Amino acid sequence: MNTSAALEIEGLRKSFGDHVVLNGIDLSVGEHEVTCLIGASGAGKSTLLRCVNLLEPVDAGRIVVGGEEITRRGVDVNRVRRRIGIVFQAFNLFPHMSVLENVTLAPKLALGQGRGEAEEQARALLDRFGLSDKVEAYPDHLSGGQQQRVAIVRALAMQPRLMLLDEVTSALDPELVAEVLEVIAELAAGGMTMVIATHEMGFARDIATRVCFLDDGVILEQGPPEQMFGSPREPRTQQFLQRIVNARRL
Amino acid sequence: MASEGDRRASLEVDEPRRSRIVGALGSGGDGRRGVAIALLSTIVFLVVVGVAIINSPGWPAVHKTFLSWTEFKSSFPEIARAFLLNCKIFLIAECLILPFALVIAVLRSLPGPVFFPLRALAIVYADFFRGVPTILVISMLGLGAPALQLSGVPSSVVFWGIVSLVLVYSAYVSEVYRAGIESVHPSQEAAARSLGLTRGQTLRKVILPQAVRRVIPPLLNDFIGLQKDTALVGSALGAIEAFNQATIDADATFNFTPYLAAAVLFVAITIPLARFTDWLIARDRRRRQAQGLHT
Repeated sequence: MNTSAALEIEGLRKSFGDHVVLNGIDLSVGEHEVTCLIGASGAGKSTLLRCVNLLEPVDAGRIVVGGEEITRRGVDVNRVRRRIGIVFQAFNLFPHMSVLENVTLAPKLALGQGRGEAEEQARALLDRFGLSDKVEAYPDHLSGGQQQRVAIVRALAMQPRLMLLDEVTSALDPELVAEVLEVIAELAAGGMTMVIATHEMGFARDIATRVCFLDDGVILEQGPPEQMFGSPREPRTQQFLQRIVNARRL
Repeated sequence: MASEGDRRASLEVDEPRRSRIVGALGSGGDGRRGVAIALLSTIVFLVVVGVAIINSPGWPAVHKTFLSWTEFKSSFPEIARAFLLNCKIFLIAECLILPFALVIAVLRSLPGPVFFPLRALAIVYADFFRGVPTILVISMLGLGAPALQLSGVPSSVVFWGIVSLVLVYSAYVSEVYRAGIESVHPSQEAAARSLGLTRGQTLRKVILPQAVRRVIPPLLNDFIGLQKDTALVGSALGAIEAFNQATIDADATFNFTPYLAAAVLFVAITIPLARFTDWLIARDRRRRQAQGLHT
């Protein structure tokens, strides 16, 4: 196994009852790589990300993060999750906390940071992503784009070595998508290792090191974006991309 | 800046509330005309009911036995003193119910097969104490437990009355808490756990604060019921609280006005409690709106 890989997945399987969602996923993500997962809804993109963050127990297979197998028995899930940030489609900010409290909660509780240290770091991150005037605001009073940027900052505050983004722009109004994509592009430029499930094909083409096409619980085809969007090999991939083009999303 | 935010926020809150009250008064009419119609119809209604009661054949007797001002004045001080016991029972019971019921509710929402015994225990507990009439629990514990003559355990009826009320009301309140816990979307737990928080931290910092906030009105509602049920400690076990004192007075004078005095005392506590609930909810909403506006 390649020990320099940030994330290594072997033969991952996951079913919900009789419904097989992941049917043998193999994936290797190097440090500082941006991997985009594309595919129809229900192809297993979200489940794959949730498995990597141990939010879903896997049925079979191995997941290795930074050289450590996180799917072995008796692993400390809380310690594993601290190194892996995940951002959800629906933001999932804590509505009873201000932006600052949202961002500092986990560093204080899970990393044992002092209040001053946690807030200083949070303010710096919020500032970096243009949210310094929203520090005391509550999530209800932010736009979707702002909420999602706060959610990204909240995950970054844990200083993760791997970020998982689960269709983070799918719940946004079209005019708010750009501000969130800019943040992700900045993270990519900063060398953050990311796995991104997305329907934004143009964005995937611009930002991805590699694009994986998920179909029916397997990675049917993967490669650099030019190849995947330019000359996909598999008929299913061609079909999927053709539908996207027809819907004027590429 | 902040004060301006507050002012704007309170305007935002007060405006819809006022129009709702006006709407309720007017119910169909609009604005000032609606209020006038509501007032008029209320007065007409009260006058008709009042005239009907006063002209009923039994009125003079009822007036004398239930509404005697002299009796009211003479019995009130003693009933008020006895009412302090109701308040004491209420306050002690409430302070115990709030944490105890929360523990029951949390036990009941523990996931996984390992915790089945605890879940089952919590379910049996809630089912049992919600199923048995309060007065039966109070009677059985209040009369039965002291008879055991356990050393170190108080035998006072007030002690066992409080224990009974805590057991019964915790069953109800735990269900209220549980409804609150279940109303918090699972994605909140996923978000907290994904950040590396433990299950306990997630419960304490993310789930429970949202859950409790949502159930404050039904929670306070149960406490209004509790305050009233403190009278059962008097009627079932003979503790001299307001209702029992009123009964003693009524039996001595063959006049029922002392009951009215006791009722006035209960209402004097429960109505402010209801208003306090409203105030708490409004304050929470105002705080969040103010924060949103001045940023």
